Amino acid sequence: MNELLSSAIKALGEKFGGQVSEFRDEVTLLIPPDKVTAAATVLRDEFTFDMLSAETAVDYCPQTNPRFHMVYIFYSTTLKVYLTFRAHVNGDDPKIATMETVYPSANWREREIWDLFGIRFEGHSDMRRLLMPPNWEGHPLRKDYPLGYEEVQYSFNFDEIDVRKPKGVR
Amino acid sequence: MREIQEFSLDDLRHLVSPRALTGETMVLNMGPQHPSTHGVLRLIVELDGEIVVNCIPDVGYLHTGIEKNMEGKTYQKAEVMTDRIDYMYTMGNNLVYCLAVEKLTGLKSPPRADAIRVILAELSRIQSHLLWIGTSALDLAAMSVFLYAMREREMIMDVFELVSGQRMMTTFIRPGGLWRDVPSEFEAAVREIVRVFPKRIAEYEALLTKNPLFLDRTRGIGKIDTMTCKAWDVTGPTLRATGLAHDVRKANPYCGFEQYDFDIPTQTTGDVYARYLVRVEEMRQSVRIVEQALNKLPYGSVRDNNRKYVPPPRSEIGMSMEALIHHFKLWTEGFSPPVGSVYATVESPRGEMGVFLESDGSPKPYRVHYRTPSVPLLQVLPILSKGHYVADLVGIIGSIDIVLGDTDR
Repeated sequence: MNELLSSAIKALGEKFGGQVSEFRDEVTLLIPPDKVTAAATVLRDEFTFDMLSAETAVDYCPQTNPRFHMVYIFYSTTLKVYLTFRAHVNGDDPKIATMETVYPSANWREREIWDLFGIRFEGHSDMRRLLMPPNWEGHPLRKDYPLGYEEVQYSFNFDEIDVRKPKGVR
Repeated sequence: MREIQEFSLDDLRHLVSPRALTGETMVLNMGPQHPSTHGVLRLIVELDGEIVVNCIPDVGYLHTGIEKNMEGKTYQKAEVMTDRIDYMYTMGNNLVYCLAVEKLTGLKSPPRADAIRVILAELSRIQSHLLWIGTSALDLAAMSVFLYAMREREMIMDVFELVSGQRMMTTFIRPGGLWRDVPSEFEAAVREIVRVFPKRIAEYEALLTKNPLFLDRTRGIGKIDTMTCKAWDVTGPTLRATGLAHDVRKANPYCGFEQYDFDIPTQTTGDVYARYLVRVEEMRQSVRIVEQALNKLPYGSVRDNNRKYVPPPRSEIGMSMEALIHHFKLWTEGFSPPVGSVYATVESPRGEMGVFLESDGSPKPYRVHYRTPSVPLLQVLPILSKGHYVADLVGIIGSIDIVLGDTDR
């Protein structure tokens, strides 16, 4: 492993209480949710991780505490390595601080996560849905959202089918 | 009945300038069916006369829930969905998914499969760039380039049809190797492309590179610098046109790209013209890679031999009971990779394309996330287009080469 990367992992582990895990040569740090932006700032400024390559979430329903994992994958164009952060998000009131202030590219990624997972980002500048229509109910990528096999609603039978649709998940 | 809700200017209050609220500037809608938006992209454009003050991209018209659908299918069957993401780089979509599955399961694709993957991925890149050069020139009113570009693109599509039976949605690259070996006509067909292509690229350049009308419409338009690119996570030709030679094929090689000799073209100005030059040069480099891969195409198997993950060949099924059992189990239940998550990346014609794949030990992927290059590209569109004419906005959209299937998934 690269020297700067291992020192970055060590520093973040000490400073922010990150737990290190390794799988298939990929390093993941589990960071406490309130320290994610601070840790990312250190990663960007001191350890040359200049890009937020991907940001997404994973739903572990029916587990509620934590229900979601936020996944941040950083990339350094100088070291040419990836580093993953994970942070826990609770199910009853899912929210976490925005990464937009550190990496502007998180803007749309977080809009997408809000849209598909229903995780709110505190301090986000434009918290609208990205992919689904603005008046959509529910968050499709949640595990309790039905995967297909739904009756298709047309305008002539919308209300009729709406009555017998699974409601708890919307 | 669910109401169709429209944006009002009030919803976008935080995005437009205060002048729009007083009616001093005009807020107009462009798309989603505008022919020059390359798909179904909608832009809400704030204009001061003919000058773009701000533009707000509105995506999602092509959202088909691919990530959700993949969660409901086994690993092999989910791959069919990946073709539909970036429909101009279908081979690469399969490739990055297979790389992620291979990383997760520990499968290894044999050298012959790797070489064929490289050839097909590079041909895919060339055909994507060909469509781009055609349509973006068309956006700038250069009609004839499109016709020439389509002519060459057909040759590549024919090769895809030859190997997989499909022109676009190939699903030819599979976890652990390829669907099957390429037919004997493959080599001659690719050789023909390698032979004619350099001359054809010179033809496109003759039409555009020094064309004064083209230069007027592209030089100094839609500028971006390296720092902004990095902050907004912009990769691919748009990043390379600003001077940073970052390419996943060199930085984090996959499929044995480190064995091939090729250059990463860069420019420094970061405008539409620089992006054009980078892409044209990239086509030349791709031809070089294809030629090298073809020259040293090794013989041997095109699939990993681990029968717990890779289905046995047809010929074996009639002879061996185990092969029949494996075949049956793999196509009904699927395979179960170990628990964990991986991230794999490839260089798509638009930039870095990555797959985040999480497994819970069941035969279906627990979570698949496609990190697609078009999302950041579209996100910087307001930065690129600010202060330019509406007519140039069209050229800028063309120059970043977005695919809406790629943004919306």
